[in-house]
Amino acid sequence: MQDTKQQKKFSDDLFQVVGRREEQSEKINRPNLTGLQDGWLRLKKNKAAIGSLIILLILLVLAIIGPYLSSYSYEQTDYEKVFMEPNSEHWLGTDKFGRDQWTRLWEGTRISLYIAVLAALLDILIGITYGAISGLKGGKVDNFMQRIIEILVGVPNLIIIILLIMIMKPGILTITLAMVITGWVNMARLVRGQIFKLKNQEYILASRALGAKNRRIITSHMLPNTLGIIIINMMFTIPSAIFTEAFLSFIGLGLQEPLASLGVLINDGFRSMRNQFYLLAFPSIVIIGLMVCFNLLADGLRDALDPRLRK
Amino acid sequence: MEPLLSIKDLHVTFQTHAGNVNAVRGVDLSVGKGETLAIVGESGSGKSVTSKAIMGLLPKQNASIDQGEIWFEDRNLLSLKSKEMQKVRGSEIAVIFQDPMTALNPTMKVGKQVIESAVKHRKLGKQEANKLALELFELVGIPNPEARLNQYPHQFSGGMRQRVVIAMALACNPKLLIADEPTTALDVTIQAQILDLLKSIQKKTGTSIIFITHDLGVVANIADSVAVMYAGKIVEKGTVEEIFHQPTHPYNWGLLQSMPNLDTKGKLYSIPGSPPDLMNPPKGDAFASRNEFALAIDYEKQPPMFQITKTHSAASWLLHPQAPKIEFIKQINKDLSEHKPNYNKTENKQTLLEVKNLKKHFKLQSKQTLKAVDGINLEIKKGETLGLVGESGCGKSTAGRTLMGLYESTSGEVVYNKVSLNQANKKNFTQKIQMIFQDPYASLDPRKKVEDIIAEGIDIHQLTKSYNERKEKVKELLETVGLQSEHASRYPHEFSGGQRQRIGIARALAVEPELIIADEPISALDVSIQAQVVNLLMKLQKERDLTFLFIAHDLSMVKYISDRIGVMYLGGMVELAEADELYKQPMHPYTQALLSAIPIPDPVVEKSRERVILQGGLPSPITPPTGCRFRTRCSLATEECEVVPKWREVEEGHWVACHYA
Repeated sequence: MQDTKQQKKFSDDLFQVVGRREEQSEKINRPNLTGLQDGWLRLKKNKAAIGSLIILLILLVLAIIGPYLSSYSYEQTDYEKVFMEPNSEHWLGTDKFGRDQWTRLWEGTRISLYIAVLAALLDILIGITYGAISGLKGGKVDNFMQRIIEILVGVPNLIIIILLIMIMKPGILTITLAMVITGWVNMARLVRGQIFKLKNQEYILASRALGAKNRRIITSHMLPNTLGIIIINMMFTIPSAIFTEAFLSFIGLGLQEPLASLGVLINDGFRSMRNQFYLLAFPSIVIIGLMVCFNLLADGLRDALDPRLRK
Repeated sequence: MEPLLSIKDLHVTFQTHAGNVNAVRGVDLSVGKGETLAIVGESGSGKSVTSKAIMGLLPKQNASIDQGEIWFEDRNLLSLKSKEMQKVRGSEIAVIFQDPMTALNPTMKVGKQVIESAVKHRKLGKQEANKLALELFELVGIPNPEARLNQYPHQFSGGMRQRVVIAMALACNPKLLIADEPTTALDVTIQAQILDLLKSIQKKTGTSIIFITHDLGVVANIADSVAVMYAGKIVEKGTVEEIFHQPTHPYNWGLLQSMPNLDTKGKLYSIPGSPPDLMNPPKGDAFASRNEFALAIDYEKQPPMFQITKTHSAASWLLHPQAPKIEFIKQINKDLSEHKPNYNKTENKQTLLEVKNLKKHFKLQSKQTLKAVDGINLEIKKGETLGLVGESGCGKSTAGRTLMGLYESTSGEVVYNKVSLNQANKKNFTQKIQMIFQDPYASLDPRKKVEDIIAEGIDIHQLTKSYNERKEKVKELLETVGLQSEHASRYPHEFSGGQRQRIGIARALAVEPELIIADEPISALDVSIQAQVVNLLMKLQKERDLTFLFIAHDLSMVKYISDRIGVMYLGGMVELAEADELYKQPMHPYTQALLSAIPIPDPVVEKSRERVILQGGLPSPITPPTGCRFRTRCSLATEECEVVPKWREVEEGHWVACHYA
């Protein structure tokens, strides 16, 4: 039991009725944060994600300026200096034609990233449009559109890619297209699911009740509320696109020499692995770095942006 | 009475990424053997956290118990190891959770779930366990227990599931039963059944119950003693009579006053403002800023517990010998009587909206049709409030949304101001008819600023010419609903439930509608906030000559706000009359049962009255009973009821669909 008789004396003016302070109880004391700012605060606490972000930024900067740091170009051959170990002249050594590995490595990283980001962006563009239409229309339209997706998923990827490469020349565009043809399906399904979920939310109904048309509902309510999931999915798509590109190039269906990409470089390095291990080591380190960092960052973003975890 | 459980100075903190939330800030409680203690409080007051602390179910990663002791018999539960706690949990203390839908494992037979804990704790054999399950099912009143034991949870209705959950909790003969809002997710008629059941179980087994709820009517019905919580502290505790008849803490005063009873007229008393943010709790009395009679000291120092009688104590500086004596009831009666009720004479008014034989059927994937609304007729006159009540699943919300044009009607006609509404001209009416939604958390777009949410209708209909005009308009609307203009740049998640609901109201008002369909606008709000919103709606009606269709399941609130009331059952209207008339002379047996199931916040009335308790739950609207739909639960039903009763006017303005009215 707490003490019931107050021994302490208080001054009498403390017992004046002063009434309520309504403004105070309606006031919001927390800082004014947008959803993204809030997400950033959460992300900052995730050490792995921030570490990954920094490494990715370094790799990105190197991919852009790396080739210009040395005086060689990526296709310039020098038959006097083949298979040189890393030295002060050629920082990462040279390959079988005496091409500078440093230049080729960053040129390759750049092209790999370019292909991956392009493929991911195209995925998003097609996926969002398709998914949004399918989800919003529902009924027969949705049914039909989903069957198309199922057919696409049913045909193995590799067959489509091989057919495409038979028709078109192997190159950046071909390989991007090859990845996009089946890649957008995931995004479309994800967006459709979200739209379905959002469709019956009361704020969408409220917007309809106010007379909003489909276009307004999609652009101003549904997309912003799907954005977090789209970003997260994109972050997972990029590393898998990098890997697909490397895989295709490795089996000879992707880019062809003298063009460099991480896959081409690894293929090259693999052939002389026993004697010139450095040729395989550096592109491998870069691709591992990219894959791991993108995945860790995507994980961190998912935790930071997922509204289910927000309080 | 020797206490079975006593909590001493409990403090619980949650760590969130934004800071520490002091959810429970010093709670002292005790429960005697065979006693029912009700903990009452608004959401966020710490009542559920307290119960979870007793059970040792607080999430380990972000909750910490900073100080305090929980004594159960002769053990301090907080010092037990998790293995020992597991033994206590389930066998000596059991819980009944709020939502019977998620408390049961959908892939396991209910019989097995019920005895799971008994098999573990009491080491029963298969035969004994089965026998126990049968006994428990009989105890909680599940008909045909042998067959029901082998069914899965989805084969049970909501009320039956809650009975299963209760049976599960009773499996080990617990000494203490913690019921965390066990009837909140249920309809009133089912709630009455469950409360009855809990009382009879207590009589048979002598177990103690901690009953956590926000509904004072339920408390009056079931509790022996009551603890009122606010902002993580107990502000008043005492026997149920003391709490209801001699309220001492201003919060408790306000709470009791803001519940309308069936005779309340005029303005409703309401507690303004919102509960404090427990991330930075105020240094004085947490309730001070909402308290009309706050003393200067309330803003400076936290009040201690003052003992009033042996059982009754309250934490308020008003009880200090130096404090002025305040006649609370007299004071507010004076305030309220200044607002004379204005009786809306609806007879001479013109009809604004007419609904003729409206039907809305949904085609299900299984090729069946769900007849959500199956032929309703009603009229709404200009300037009146028509209440629409019924249990969940009766189609009242679907009816509202169909009227609004959000759903396309299957058949029937909606005539607004002599123009028939259809898909082609519905756009012209979006500005005239607006809607307020039920869930204040789901009805505001979380990614938009309050300013843009409120102005959405303005943008769509291009009602303002410049950005500044729009800004002015938003500011004005915010002030109309009692919020501050600085709130315009905030995001919805920063607001409390009541504040959000007011934002929703401002959004509807922005387009200056004539008719507002309010779809359960207060059912998701706390008691003290409900009165605020209802008062706001009534004020707006007076100022702007609005017409309301008020959809709800809380009958006392509907009675208070409505001029006329319609009662729905399973997609059809069963009765429609003037509010007073309906309450004085309910003709349909369903209306009578509904009225009798309303819990009344007065322990004397509540403990003496006889209830008409409906048997069973709502039949499925996919395969409704033939003839009169209510006949499966009706006490008057005869063969005649296999014929659909006519919707007829029995007295002037009193419509009913029953053969015996």
